[in-house]
Parts: sequence; C-alpha cells; structure tokens
Amino acid sequence: MSYILEMKNITKDFPGVRALDNVNFSVKEGEIHCLVGENGAGKSTLMKILSGVYKKGEYQGDIVLSGEVMNFHGIRDSERMGIGIIHQELALIPELSVYENMYLGHEIKRGSFIDWNETITQSIEFLKKVNLAVEPQEKVKNLGVGKQQLVEIAKALSKDLKLLILDEPTAALNEEESDNLLGLLTDLKRHGVTSIMISHKLKEVISIADTVTVLRDGKTICSLSKQRNEINTQVIIKNMVGREINDVFPKRDHKEPGKIMLKVDGLNAYSRELGRSIIKDASFYVRQGEVVGIAGLMGAGRTELALSLFGNPLQYAVSGDVYIDGKRIKLNSPKSAIDSGIAYVTEDRKGNGLILIQDIKQNITLANLREISHSSVIDENLEINIANEYKQSINIKAPSVEQKVQNLSGGNQQKVSLSKWLFTLPKVLILDEPTRGIDVGAKYEIYTIINTLVSEGLSIVLISSELPEVMGMSDRIYVMNQGRIASEVDALNTTAEQIMEFATD
Amino acid sequence: MNRLKNYFNELVILLKLNVREYGMFIALAVIMLIFSFYSGGLFVSPRNLSNLLNQTGYIAVLAVGMTLVIIIRHIDLSVGYVAGFVGAVAAIMMVQYNVPVGIVIAVVLLLGTLIGIWHGFLVAFMGLPAFVSTLAGMLIFRGALLQVTQSTGTIIIPNEFFNAISNGYIPDIVSIPGIHVLTLLIGLAGVALFVISELRGRRNKLRYNFKVLSTSMLITKLAFVSAIILLITYILATYNGASWTMIIILVTVGVYHFITNKTVIGRHIYAVGGNPEAAELSGISVKKITLLVFASMGFLSALSGILFASRLRSATVTAGVLFELDAIAAAYVGGVSAKGGIGKVTGSIIGAIVMASLSSGMNLIGMDISVQYIVRGLVLIVAVVFDVRTRNKK
Repeated sequence: MSYILEMKNITKDFPGVRALDNVNFSVKEGEIHCLVGENGAGKSTLMKILSGVYKKGEYQGDIVLSGEVMNFHGIRDSERMGIGIIHQELALIPELSVYENMYLGHEIKRGSFIDWNETITQSIEFLKKVNLAVEPQEKVKNLGVGKQQLVEIAKALSKDLKLLILDEPTAALNEEESDNLLGLLTDLKRHGVTSIMISHKLKEVISIADTVTVLRDGKTICSLSKQRNEINTQVIIKNMVGREINDVFPKRDHKEPGKIMLKVDGLNAYSRELGRSIIKDASFYVRQGEVVGIAGLMGAGRTELALSLFGNPLQYAVSGDVYIDGKRIKLNSPKSAIDSGIAYVTEDRKGNGLILIQDIKQNITLANLREISHSSVIDENLEINIANEYKQSINIKAPSVEQKVQNLSGGNQQKVSLSKWLFTLPKVLILDEPTRGIDVGAKYEIYTIINTLVSEGLSIVLISSELPEVMGMSDRIYVMNQGRIASEVDALNTTAEQIMEFATD
Repeated sequence: MNRLKNYFNELVILLKLNVREYGMFIALAVIMLIFSFYSGGLFVSPRNLSNLLNQTGYIAVLAVGMTLVIIIRHIDLSVGYVAGFVGAVAAIMMVQYNVPVGIVIAVVLLLGTLIGIWHGFLVAFMGLPAFVSTLAGMLIFRGALLQVTQSTGTIIIPNEFFNAISNGYIPDIVSIPGIHVLTLLIGLAGVALFVISELRGRRNKLRYNFKVLSTSMLITKLAFVSAIILLITYILATYNGASWTMIIILVTVGVYHFITNKTVIGRHIYAVGGNPEAAELSGISVKKITLLVFASMGFLSALSGILFASRLRSATVTAGVLFELDAIAAAYVGGVSAKGGIGKVTGSIIGAIVMASLSSGMNLIGMDISVQYIVRGLVLIVAVVFDVRTRNKK
C-alpha cells in the first residue's frame, strides 16, 4: 500500500517552546491511523499543520499528499484536497438544522441562490452513510453530543473526503455512542476513507488502529503496526511516558474509614429548564477518609447530583436533606456550600472551572480570598507564597505562579483546579471526571494526590465515566441510572459487568 | 562596562514585558510632542494643559466606571443622559428650591446610584442584555432631561461654590506670585508617597524572597516617575495650580485603583469578567457584582453630571450628549478588553487624556471638526489593534 500522506521533518516553534521537533508522520492509504501521546506531546499542533491552521512558512518541513507537496494557506486549502478535521469541540451551529449545518460553507447553488431541495436530498444520503437516523430538518441543538459528532462526520463526507482527522472523538461520548462511532470508522475504511484518530483511550486505539504513532515531547517516538502485531497497551504506554507503568492506580491502604461526613437523604431535583426530574430520591453517605465513586452513563444525573449538593447554582427545584458532619446544610448558593465544607472540582475545567486569562495564583485563591485578606484587602505576597506551596506540593509544572492558566497543559490546569478547591479547606471534595482529557502521567499524579488526601481524612466523591478509574480508586461505588441511585457496590468485590448492568437496565 | 550592559539588558526586558502599559504613555507623549510642535509650544503651555485636564474631568470619571462595566462583559449606554438629567436636577434644586449645595450634591449622587441600581437590576435579575436595558435608559433619561428643562430651557446656576467644582482652583497657603505653592507641595507629597510605597513593596518582597528590580533599575524607575510627577505639578503650579476637578479625578482614580487591584471585591469583579460560570461556582454572586458595578456606574454618572453642569455653570437640554461614547472609547483606548476580564482604571484615565489631548490639540491647530472626528475614530482603531496584537503575542 502506498502512503496517502507523509509529513516530513516537521518543526514548529512557539515563543519559548519547540512544539514539534523534526516529526515524521506517514499514513497509508485506507488505514485507520491512531496518534497517541501525553498532553503537550504535539498531536494537536501536528494536526493543525496538516489542516492548514498554521500556514506554510509558520513551520518547517513538508506535507506530501498523494505524492504532491502541499502549500496550505488556510483550512479551505486543506479541505479542497479532501482533508476533513473534526475537533474535540464541535463546530456546529445549534440553532441551524442538520442539513444547513452540513452544507454551511459549501452550499449547493443554482445560479446565485441556494438549492435547498437538492441540499436536503443530498444530506439524507450522507446521513445514511454515517448511520444517523434523524430528520435533516431537526435543529442541531436537539441532538445529543454523539449524534452531533455524526453530523460533523457526514458534513466532512459531503465534501468529497479522502482523509478524516478526528481529535479525541469519543471523549464526550458514552460507551454505546463510542462503539457506534468506532464501528462507523471501520465502515468508512471499507469505503476507502483513511482516518487519523487522536485518542487517550488506549482500549479504543487497540481495537481499531492499523497503525499507531506515538509522539512524546514533540518528537516521533515510534510507529507500531497491527500487521506486525506490535500494538498492545504496555508498549504504547511505555512509549508515551518513556517509562513503564505497571500500576495504573497507585496502591492505597483501604483503612477503616471514620465517621459519616456527608449524608444525603431523599434528594430530589427538578429542572425547570428541561421540564423533568433529574435526581430522584437519592440517598447516600460518605465517611471520613473514604473515596466514594459515582458511576453511571452520560445523562444518568451524576453532575446534576454534584451541582445540587454544591449550592444548586442552576436553580433546580430541590427537596431533601443534606448533612455535613451531622449538621443540616442549606442548598441555596455555592458560597454557602463552600462555607459548610463542600468543594466541587468541575468536569469542564475550561468552561466553568478556571479563569483562563488569569494566572495560577489568582485561580488558586479565588474561592477563599478571605484567607489571604485582612479587612477585605488582599495580601499579595501571602498569595504568592500560598500559590507556591500548592505549586510544589501538587507539582504544577509552570515557570512561576504568575503564569496564565491558559498556557498550561490540561493536566496542569487540572492540578490548579484541585489546588483551588483544596485551599478552601473542604471536608468533602467532589471530583467530577478529574482525569478527563489529561495524559497518563498526570493521571497517575492525580490519583496519588487523591490517595494522600483520603489518608489525611478527607471525604472524596469521585464521579467518573471510566469504570476502571472508579473501580481502582473507590472504596464503595454508587451506580446511578436515570437520576436514581440504582445500587451500591463494594469496589473491591465488583466487576465492570456488574456495574454496567446496574447502569443500563 | 559590563554593569552598563546588564543595566540596559534589564531595561529592555522590562520595556518588552510591559510594552502594553508603557505603550499608552509613549503614545500620549508622542501626541503631545506633535501638537506642541505644530502649535508652536502652545499645546504644552500651562494654561492649555490645565484646561485640558479640567475638560477631561467629566469624561474621565465616566471612563473609570465604564472600565468596570466592560470588564464584567456589559456596557452602559445611558451614562450620558443620566449625567445630563442629574445635572439638570441639581440645577433645579438649587435655582428653584434653594436647596443648600451640599445637600444637592449628596441627593444627586444618591439619585445617580439608584438609577445605576435600576439598570443593574434589569441586567442581573431580569436577564435583560445590558445593551438593551441601558439603551432604554438612554431614551428614558433623555426624555426625563427634556421634561425637566422643557419649561425653563437652559438653567443658569448662580451658585459660586457649585461652579467652582469645575472652574475653581485649590487655594494656596502662601501667596508667592507666579507659583502655586500648595500644588507643588501636593506634587512633592505624591512623589514621597510613590517612593515610600515602592520601597515598602520591595522590602516586603525581599522578606518573602521574591525577585525584585536591581537597585540601579529601581533608582531609574523612581527618578523617572518622580520627575514626571514633578514636571506636571510644576507646569500646573506656574498657572493657577491644581483645580478641584483634578483633585476629584485623582481621588476617584485612587479609590477605584485601590478597590480593583487590592481588594476582594476587585478580584470578584475581574473573576466575573474572566469567567462568570467559574466565578459563580467559586462562591461569588455574579448578580450582586453586576448590581454593584452598575450602581458604581450610576454614581459616577451623577458625578460626571455635576462636573459638567458646574463647568458650563448651567444645565442645558443637550447636556450629556455622546458622553457615553467618549467614555467607552477612552476605556478601549486605555486597554480594556471587549471580551471582559481585562482592563485597568488607570489605563482608561490615560485613554481619556489621550482622546482629550487629540481634541484639544486639533482645535489648537485649527483642524476642521469633521476631520477631528475621523482622526479620533482612526486612533481608536489603532489603539485597540495595538492592544490586541501585543496581547496575543504574550
């Protein structure tokens, strides 16, 4: 088989850092090629060069597509050559219909006017190709994330696609949607579409990839082939981190936990916006020095449960009793939740967790400015000191605490988020998908931090979509299903199958 | 030789790191030089500079409030007519009802604050976009201004004390002809305050083992800033000295600078601007901050109204027209980001002075008013482009 794409000796510098250092990357025609590496390894930068976001001249090296050297001056150029990229953050317009979104930017025209009938007819055909059973007239905002992704792929296909690039396509999908998407990629492969997939989920990579290229610190480390039987988890992880990780989860002594710190009794929540109940009669407890996992599929109500406990900022209609250390608390604002000892590390650290344009120290102290101020005036030197303490103890990698958070990698951003909430000196720490989108090395560090915190007597609620994570880190697990707590299982004596059963029935 | 090289290296790094903040001052200096040249030195004459600062007053205080409004991602279009309306209310109270001037000022400042709270309430609690609610406010207070001035037309304010706010100068302690001693003393006090606070900050930092400027660089900085403060006060002192307006601007900027940079409330304001969702989840009430910022804007609109009415010694039907746009332009020229979360009140004040210098300079050299508008528009674009460019680089 010949190479459809060769990227030769690509080097890209950002001010102060070399993001890519002489990277070579070759993709064979008709294969599924997975690109893996820790955060900051250079995967996204490489794909941005390929799709023309960085113009010729802003990097060194050559892009050779089907034997020809390319000079991309923008995304339009790469699109014209049949390269379609689907970003992690979907680029659809929620208020427009499926077919309007699909043909946005390359409208089908008759004369100067858009031929809507032809557009709809063609869109139906491509929707069929991606196995998506929705009406083309449906507004995109009414579709789930999984379906929106399929719309994006259908859109890419409608542009005479040769090379499909997917940046972490399954990060926001549940298991079923992920399987569906991976199936589709195999399907497209049979129809001659070559795909490049960036993913952190090694299980998926192993199941689908013909070739795996590993990047580390802006360099190509290796290219593994399925044919030669080189692809397995150990090898990939070893190459990604440059060392062997035997234990994915650090060991912890499951000590006898202490008194009950958080107790939730008959919690109900109703969302006026959605017009339905989102939490139904949830009761559970967390003891001191215990990690309690909350498992469940997307939409099971895990984040909503956390938000309801954390002062209910979205103004659900909430009933039920919540006790911290035996004292009933009010659920009227995040401030009162923080004051009563709850901290919530959000799922979406960029969206509602951190203030990206501010620096590390300002983010760390934001939720507890009282601690660093005297009669409302901030002691900036004390602030720097405290931030430095966390930078050291949590191991935030940055030149200084005055670094803007937007310049940090995902893992380090998450550590800032964690530091911020630890600085509120909580009794109960809720972690919502704490390792989403961060690399293997940083994951391990965060697990280690969790273990240290628990051994110091903190109570932790761990919400996670990754079953191995919930099972590996928790003492007990509550499984949620459609707003209810369907079951409680002991983390040491359960199986993934058992949890999935409770989550899906 | 080597020490000199180190010194210049540090200077260059310092300038590069702070190109955005210093850029504005450089621009101001360039504008002043150009106009001085073309007006044969008239522009930097004590009389003109003094007038320039007095004229900037009512826009400057608006720009300070507008900075906070834009930082939290909103806008206030009503400030001009609120200022006009409040000025008219002040005039009517004094002229028709003979209310003592002290009470008048207190009442109208309160009135402005209440109007601000009303706008803040609409934005924060009713969910109206600020553009809409303050556009409505613009219409309403324009109407209100017409209502109260309809029967009388322009109201002349005979109160000497009130008119002194924008036309008077602070009294001197001793009378030496040709020089205003108190103004000089205030300048010296300012220099002393600046030097002490810099040294104290440095000592504090050293105690925490943080990096500080090298001694030679510190001396350069202290000498340079002190020289500028002294130069300005000297120029003003050779005319009538500092005006009450200048004192009001200084106090307003001082207070707002302190609040935004040093206090918890300030942090909350920047947090709400930087990411409202994250702020809310950090225990900050976005609604309360929004209400507070609009209330402050209302208060400063009233102050602006007082300054303007005092400057004209009257309340007129057209008072406040287009103030809001001058204030918004001053804030943007001063480096406030339209995306929210970024901006400084000191920057906006410099922005206001830059825009006022342009107008004053162009008037001095007799440029046609139509060209003046175009030039100011272009300067606004250049300033924001420069700001965005240097921001992205960092």
